[in-house]
Amino acid sequence: MPAYRTLLPAALLAAAAAFVQPAEAGKRDNTLRVAFDQVPESIDAYFNNIRAGVILAHHIWDHLVYRDPKTNEYKPSLATAWRQVDDTTLEFDLRRGVKFHNGEPFDADDVVYTLNFVSKPENKSTTQQNVNWIAGADKIDQYKVRIRTKKPFPAAIEYLAGPLVMYPNEYYAKVGPKGMSEKPVGTGPYMVTEYQPGRLIRMKRNPDYFKDSPKPRATIENIDVRLIPDRNTQAAELMGGGLDWIYNVEPDMAKQLKGVPNLSVASGESMRIAFIQMATDEKSPTPVLKDIRVRKAINHAIDRPAMLKTVVGETARVLHTVCFPAQFGCSDEGALRYAYDPAKAKALLAEAGYANGFDIDFYAYRDRQQIEAIIGYLRAVGIRANLRFMQFVAYRDAVREHKAGFGVATWGSFSVNDVSASTPVYFKFEADDVNRDQQVRDLLDAGDTSVKPAVRQVAYKNALKRIAEQAYAAPLYSLPVNYGFTKDLAFQPYPDELPRLWEARWK
Amino acid sequence: MLQYALKRSVLALLVALTVSLVCFLLVNLSTDVATAMAGEGATAEAIDSIRKQYGFDRPLVVRYFDWLGHAAMGNFGDSLYFRTPVSALVAERMPTTMILGTAAIAFALLLSIPLGVLAALKPNSWVDRLTLTIAVIGQAMPTFWFALLLMFLFGVTLKVLPISGSDTWQHFILPSIALGYYATPAIMRLTRSGMLEVLESDYIRTARAKGLRNASVLFKHALRNAVAPVVALAAVQLGFLLGGSVVIETVFALNGLGYLAWEAIVHNDFPVVQAVVLLISLVYIVLTLLSDVANAWLDPRIRIG
Repeated sequence: MPAYRTLLPAALLAAAAAFVQPAEAGKRDNTLRVAFDQVPESIDAYFNNIRAGVILAHHIWDHLVYRDPKTNEYKPSLATAWRQVDDTTLEFDLRRGVKFHNGEPFDADDVVYTLNFVSKPENKSTTQQNVNWIAGADKIDQYKVRIRTKKPFPAAIEYLAGPLVMYPNEYYAKVGPKGMSEKPVGTGPYMVTEYQPGRLIRMKRNPDYFKDSPKPRATIENIDVRLIPDRNTQAAELMGGGLDWIYNVEPDMAKQLKGVPNLSVASGESMRIAFIQMATDEKSPTPVLKDIRVRKAINHAIDRPAMLKTVVGETARVLHTVCFPAQFGCSDEGALRYAYDPAKAKALLAEAGYANGFDIDFYAYRDRQQIEAIIGYLRAVGIRANLRFMQFVAYRDAVREHKAGFGVATWGSFSVNDVSASTPVYFKFEADDVNRDQQVRDLLDAGDTSVKPAVRQVAYKNALKRIAEQAYAAPLYSLPVNYGFTKDLAFQPYPDELPRLWEARWK
Repeated sequence: MLQYALKRSVLALLVALTVSLVCFLLVNLSTDVATAMAGEGATAEAIDSIRKQYGFDRPLVVRYFDWLGHAAMGNFGDSLYFRTPVSALVAERMPTTMILGTAAIAFALLLSIPLGVLAALKPNSWVDRLTLTIAVIGQAMPTFWFALLLMFLFGVTLKVLPISGSDTWQHFILPSIALGYYATPAIMRLTRSGMLEVLESDYIRTARAKGLRNASVLFKHALRNAVAPVVALAAVQLGFLLGGSVVIETVFALNGLGYLAWEAIVHNDFPVVQAVVLLISLVYIVLTLLSDVANAWLDPRIRIG
C-alpha cells in the first residue's frame, strides 16, 4: 500500500476530529459493535486460518484447557484435570454439567468425535499442523478421555488451549463443517444468533454459560461483528459512532484517533515477530551473505531501539533471537547480542572485502515504513538494498524457490505459546529454512520431541544460541497491535493478538 | 443494419474470448496457484498434493479450454475460499453491484447533463469555467479519497447518512455519488460540445426565427439531438463504473461483486477472480455493443461508413 493511502486519510481524520460530537455508543442498547477487516471463509474454527476466525472461535467455543493470558498458566476449562500417562498419552477428566448452546450436554463423546474428525487428513482441516500430531482420542468413561499423540508432543496442552475447540458430537456429525459454519454451536460465552456471510455476525451472551469457566462472565449482552475491509472506513465508523471497537489500527491512524475526545486507543504487543532472513544454504541466491562477517555487519547496522520509538511503536520489544520471548523455550540467554554499531558494521564489511559496500535485492511484504527505515540503516553502512515489495504469498514463494535470499519475514505462530511453533518453521529444513544448519536442526528436534521441560529448554536455548552466533538471521522486534474503541468501553489487550471481548464491559 | 449488428456481435465475441484468455493467463502466470492455496506454513508435500488434486500439473492450454468450456455453461467451479459454487456467490452479490451501478450512472446523468447544457449556453463564461473545474476535479481525484471526504462530511461530521454497509437505500447514496462523480466529466463535456454544435445548426436558427420560446427550442429541439450520443456514452460509462465498483464497494463495505473481487484477490481465490473479471468485462462488452448498435440505428452514417 503506498504511503499516501494511509497518510492522507490520517490527515483527514485529524481535520475531522475537531468537529466530532460525542458518539451514540452501543452502551445504550448493551450491544458492542465491532468490525473485522477480513471475512473468515468458514466460521468452523478448523476450516479457516485467519485471525478474525481465531477470535470468533474463542468467543463461541471453549477448550479443554484455558491459558490465562496474564500469567500464561494453564487452567481447567472443559477439562478439570489432566495428566501425562506416558510419553504419547494424555488423560483428561471432563467437567460435568456443561451444556452446548443447543442444549446438548458436554461429555467424552464430544471430545472424542471432535478430535478424531478434525485430525483425519481426509477431512482437510485447514491448518494441518494444528491437528496432525494427534493419533486419536479414546473414551475411557463418560467424563474421561485419553488423547494419543503420534510422537511425544510436549506442546499438546498449548494446542488444546489454542486452536482446538470442542464441538457437540451429535450436531457436528449431522451438519458437518458447512453446517457448523452456517449455524455454529458451542459451549462458549457467546452464541451466534445471525450470520450473513461476508457481512455480519450477531452474537448474544450465553445465559447458561458454565459458572466455573476460567473466562470471566461476560457482561455485554450482544456483540455485532461487521465486516468492513477498509481500515479508514472502520475509523470513520468509530468516529461517527457506528462502531464501538476496531483493531489492527495502523500506527498513523492510531496517533490521530488518540486526539478524538470520545475515543481511546490501546496498544498491545503481539506474538508476531519480525526478522531478516539471510540465505546461506547451497541454493542461496545471495552468495555474499554466506560470509558470516557480512551477516554480523547487517546485525550491527540496524538501530532497533530507535525504530521502536519512531516507526514500530513502543509497545513492541527488541528481539535477540528468532522466537517470541513469552513462548516456552524461547530464550536469549547466552545468545550473542548485536548492538547498534555502524562503525563496527563497516569494519566487518571491509574485512570481508566489501569496503565499498555492495548491491543486493531486499524483499518484504508488510510494514513498509519499517522496511524503508531498515533500508536507510543498511545504506548508511554501504549495503545498497534494492526494495522488492510484494504480497505475502509472492514473498514466500520467492524464498521457497530460492529467488529471494534477503528479506524481512514475520511470523505469528498461530498464537501458540511454545517455541515449537516458531523457530523450527525457519530452521528445521522445511521449505522456509534458508540456512539448513544440521546442528541447529538436531537441537530443535530434540526440543520438539522431548516431554521433559528442562531437556526442551536446554535444547532450544542451544539452538537459538547457535543461530545467533552464526548470525543466520537478524532478529528485529515483536509487532504491536493497536485497538481503537469508545471511551465508554473498558477493554484490555493481551500480547497473543487475541482480543477477549467477553471481558470487555461498559464503564 | 442487420449485417452491421452481426459484424459488431462477432467482434464483441472475439473481444470476450481475448479477455477470457488474458484473464486466465494473468491469474495463472502471476503466482503458483497451488502454493497460494496451501496457505501460510504449508509443507512442500501439501502443495504437491494440491497441485495434483486440482489438476494444476496439466498443461496451461488444456486447463484454459477446460475452464472456458465450463464457464460457457455458467459453471465457474467452486470458490477455493468460501467452498461454495462461484456462480452462487456471483448471483448473490450481483444485485448490490447493479443497484450501485444504476444509481451511480443516474447521479452522473442528473449532474452532468444540466451542467453540460449550462456550459454550452454560456461558452467561455465563468459558468463554463466552473463546470470545467468540476469536471477536472472529478477526473483527477482518486475515488477512494473522494469517498472518504463524503464519509467524513455526511457520516462523521453531519451524521445525516450512514457511513458503510448496504442495509437500506440510504446506504447507497454516498457510494453512488462517489462512483458516479467519476463518470461525470466525460458525459458533461460531451453534452456541452453536442449542445454547442446543435445550437449553431440551421434548424435551431429556423426554430428561433419561427418565434418559439427559448425553453422550447432548448429542450424540445436542441437537447434531444445533442443527448443521443450521450446515451451511448452513458452505456459505456456504466461498464466503467461496474469495474470501478471494486474500490467503492470495498471502501463502503457494500457486499457486491467488487467487494467479492477484492476478497478473492486478498485470499488468492482465483476461480472467483477469473469469474468476476470475465463477468464485468462481458457486461462492458455487451453495453458497448448495444451502444454501437443503438448509435448506428440512430445515425445511418455510422453503419454505412
